[in-house]
Amino acid sequence: MATYELKINGNTHSVDVDPSTPILWVLRDHLQLVGTKFGCGISQCGACTIHVEGSATRSCQIPVSSIGNKKITTIEGLSKNGDHPVQQAWLEHDVPQCGYCQAGQIMTAAALLDSNPNPTDEDIEATMSGNICRCGTYTRIKAAIKTAAKSGSLS
Amino acid sequence: MTLVRTTFGRRAFIKRVGLASGGLMIGFSWLAACKDATPEEVVMMPDEWFEMNGFLKIGDNGMVTIMSPNPEIGQNVKTSMPMIVAEELDTDWDNVIVEQAPLNTELYTRQLAGGSQSIRQGWEGLRMAGATARHMLKEAAANLWQVPVAEITTAAGILTHQASGNTAHYGEMASAAAMLEVPEEVEMKDSKDFSIIGTSRKNVDGKKIVTGKPLFGLDTYKEGMLVAMIVHPPAFGMRFKSMDADSVKNMPGIKDVFTIDTYTDGTRKSFADIATFNKKVAIVGETTWQVMQAKKALAVTWEDSPDDSFEIDMFGRIMKTEYPSGKESSQSHALKMAEIGSKKGNVVRKDGNVDKAFKKAAKVLERSYSCPFLAHNTMEPMNFYANVTSDHAELIGPVQTPEFMEQSVAARLGLTLEQVDIHMTRMGGGFGRRLYGHFLTEAAVISQTMQKPIKLVYTREDDMTFGNYRPSYYVTYKAGLDENNQLIAFQVRAGGIPESPLFANRFPAGAVENYQAEEFTIKSNVSVGAWRAPRSNFIAGAEQSFLDELAELAEKDPIDFRLELFDKAIKKPVGENNDYEAERYAGVLKLVREKSGWGRTREGVHRGVAAYYCHNSYVAQVLDIVKKNGVPKIENVCSAVDCGIVVNPDAAANMVEGGVVDGIGHAMYSSVTFNDGEPQQRNFDSYRLIRHGEAPRKQEVHFVKNDIDPTGLGEPPLPPVMGALANALYKANGKRYYHQPFMSNKPLLG
Repeated sequence: MATYELKINGNTHSVDVDPSTPILWVLRDHLQLVGTKFGCGISQCGACTIHVEGSATRSCQIPVSSIGNKKITTIEGLSKNGDHPVQQAWLEHDVPQCGYCQAGQIMTAAALLDSNPNPTDEDIEATMSGNICRCGTYTRIKAAIKTAAKSGSLS
Repeated sequence: MTLVRTTFGRRAFIKRVGLASGGLMIGFSWLAACKDATPEEVVMMPDEWFEMNGFLKIGDNGMVTIMSPNPEIGQNVKTSMPMIVAEELDTDWDNVIVEQAPLNTELYTRQLAGGSQSIRQGWEGLRMAGATARHMLKEAAANLWQVPVAEITTAAGILTHQASGNTAHYGEMASAAAMLEVPEEVEMKDSKDFSIIGTSRKNVDGKKIVTGKPLFGLDTYKEGMLVAMIVHPPAFGMRFKSMDADSVKNMPGIKDVFTIDTYTDGTRKSFADIATFNKKVAIVGETTWQVMQAKKALAVTWEDSPDDSFEIDMFGRIMKTEYPSGKESSQSHALKMAEIGSKKGNVVRKDGNVDKAFKKAAKVLERSYSCPFLAHNTMEPMNFYANVTSDHAELIGPVQTPEFMEQSVAARLGLTLEQVDIHMTRMGGGFGRRLYGHFLTEAAVISQTMQKPIKLVYTREDDMTFGNYRPSYYVTYKAGLDENNQLIAFQVRAGGIPESPLFANRFPAGAVENYQAEEFTIKSNVSVGAWRAPRSNFIAGAEQSFLDELAELAEKDPIDFRLELFDKAIKKPVGENNDYEAERYAGVLKLVREKSGWGRTREGVHRGVAAYYCHNSYVAQVLDIVKKNGVPKIENVCSAVDCGIVVNPDAAANMVEGGVVDGIGHAMYSSVTFNDGEPQQRNFDSYRLIRHGEAPRKQEVHFVKNDIDPTGLGEPPLPPVMGALANALYKANGKRYYHQPFMSNKPLLG
């Protein structure tokens, strides 16, 4: 066991865990930040996507010991009032069905638009293909990403 | 307006004993029940709530809380069921708060998510709940204002008596209304007067989903809770023999390691109980990661299991399933199906004489189709929270069949039904997987053993290799055309491991003079269960592919060919018990023909069409493929749907779009295969699910407009799209696809 000071959503959290513990389980089991989901544990489904220094990262594959001072953003910290343009677009298109994968989808989409504010269909498909939606909301996700891109309020 | 007697689910409308005497304010705190209320919701909270019936309560400020009785698995009933109540209550949807009802067999009927039946079977009761409360509010106002109740009108939560000029909002009358007797008869609206039903309303959990609030079973956290995981046999045909528990008991955080039996001998089992891997290992520890490490380190010895059988009580009928010993392989499965499928099966329906008709036929076409086992793969793996004490079990989590599991788990724990409380969480997908609540029972048994609250968590691998799969199926169609290209004989022989996908009375039964349906089954120890649109999820695609090839042989347009058959079924149906309405079936085909612009050819666009009826709804689809650098890409899918009245149109369209993607994905990519009884796919690196880039670029959904009582959409959009896909791929690649997953023939979607 070891103590880590983690910078998550603008706050510092101290946790005492085994160094091999993936950030996913630190978030879910130790900090009760359960918006980040467990789907496969092998970086194949994208349900656990968070931002590390702004980059979309699969939290099930990142041991807590490797994170150091890097800033983590989870779905809970993506915006203060749930009004990030991607979240708003998701609501406008009423994207979710079961909703389980959507936090991961939103985090990947937000990072995409951050680096590429006007993605083409191909850009969206290439970036989002790491996030599985078992309910099949892909068509709406694509539409929502385009709406968020058009909203122009992305910094 | 229609007068209806309040018989349906009447118990739900009668207040529980104890509430009636102590005034009508109930001790309910919405804020305590749901800590994550949005700021807007907190501001709107009333000081007092008045319970009108089991489905709704009205606050003194006019706010309405509507209970959503059925499990939410992503089919959006948590929004659409309360919409139906709100419609008949005649309240403003903006003033409605929705809550998930717990399992309560006294108040609600059929709290089950399955068979696309929630809306269809809930329709009348939900309307009556709203209409009853509205009537009682009107009566309260009539009493206060001393006017006839018939002169009072309602709109958007306001009561008005025009002649006297009196008005009041529902909150002002709620206290008095809740004291009144439940009326014997209530008025229900005409569908033309609907103002909520038929309008698109956003998912009531939408904001919570996009902000990552705890909604799902796996998000459950309680003080002092431990985490449990299971280890089950690695292969079908194997069982637990021994383990070295001491080797992991000293690992960090590990509390205990022991075996559990999901069921003990003599426990009465329902269809929601399954035979798979009854004895398994439970590992309990402090955190998920610690238990995962112990799970990897634990040495378990397994042994071959003998012949076995399992009895369930299928709604009063005892059904016994046999599980032969042995470790099976996909290769032997395929050989067996092809061999047995080549012989005459058990004849289930016979019209005319197909053998004679085939002899007379000018052209005969015979084709075989197959599909593999599939895992459900809900994105949220199986899990359940359990806190079992000597006289109570609190169970929280995702399950599609809480009522059945309550009986099963109570019997297993030695508790009464009253001592078991099941709370339903939003489910990260269902697709049939959570009809079988063994994980709930496992969690309860582990908690009972530990005498501690625990949350059971399956890994993806545990879930994907647990069985309960969509069966593997095989079907051979044979059809004969006369010299005028009229269909004179049709034979279907369908079977599978371990069940047949045959629906003997579905189309084209009833449209062909000489028709024969046969089935066969092959025993297996691989466990199976209902998977989204059971049986239809294969047979529809096969049938629709075969009809496409048959239309080509008949030199007819595939839609015209089907419509001719429906015309026969309408004018002069053959046989009895034909399980479809030919007019509505033809209706969706005509609508999809019109909306997709069928018949117009566009350079480089390859189109396939299909239609199917299952779970009480009709769906037709036209799927367009374009080729990019030689790789097929689905450009658009146009769906036409007849599910009667559409309660929540945009959400209904979402269900259709999802079914389309799901159907394309599983037909193209997915399978579970076996080697020595062991599933060869354990996670999403080896089990292919459809991904963004492979989904249709666009989708359109069109609904037939009618006043027929609504039917469901969870399942019906999925089956036909498999046929539309195969038919479009044929146009694009010049090759027919008979065996799923089509990917094995390499037409990858780009």
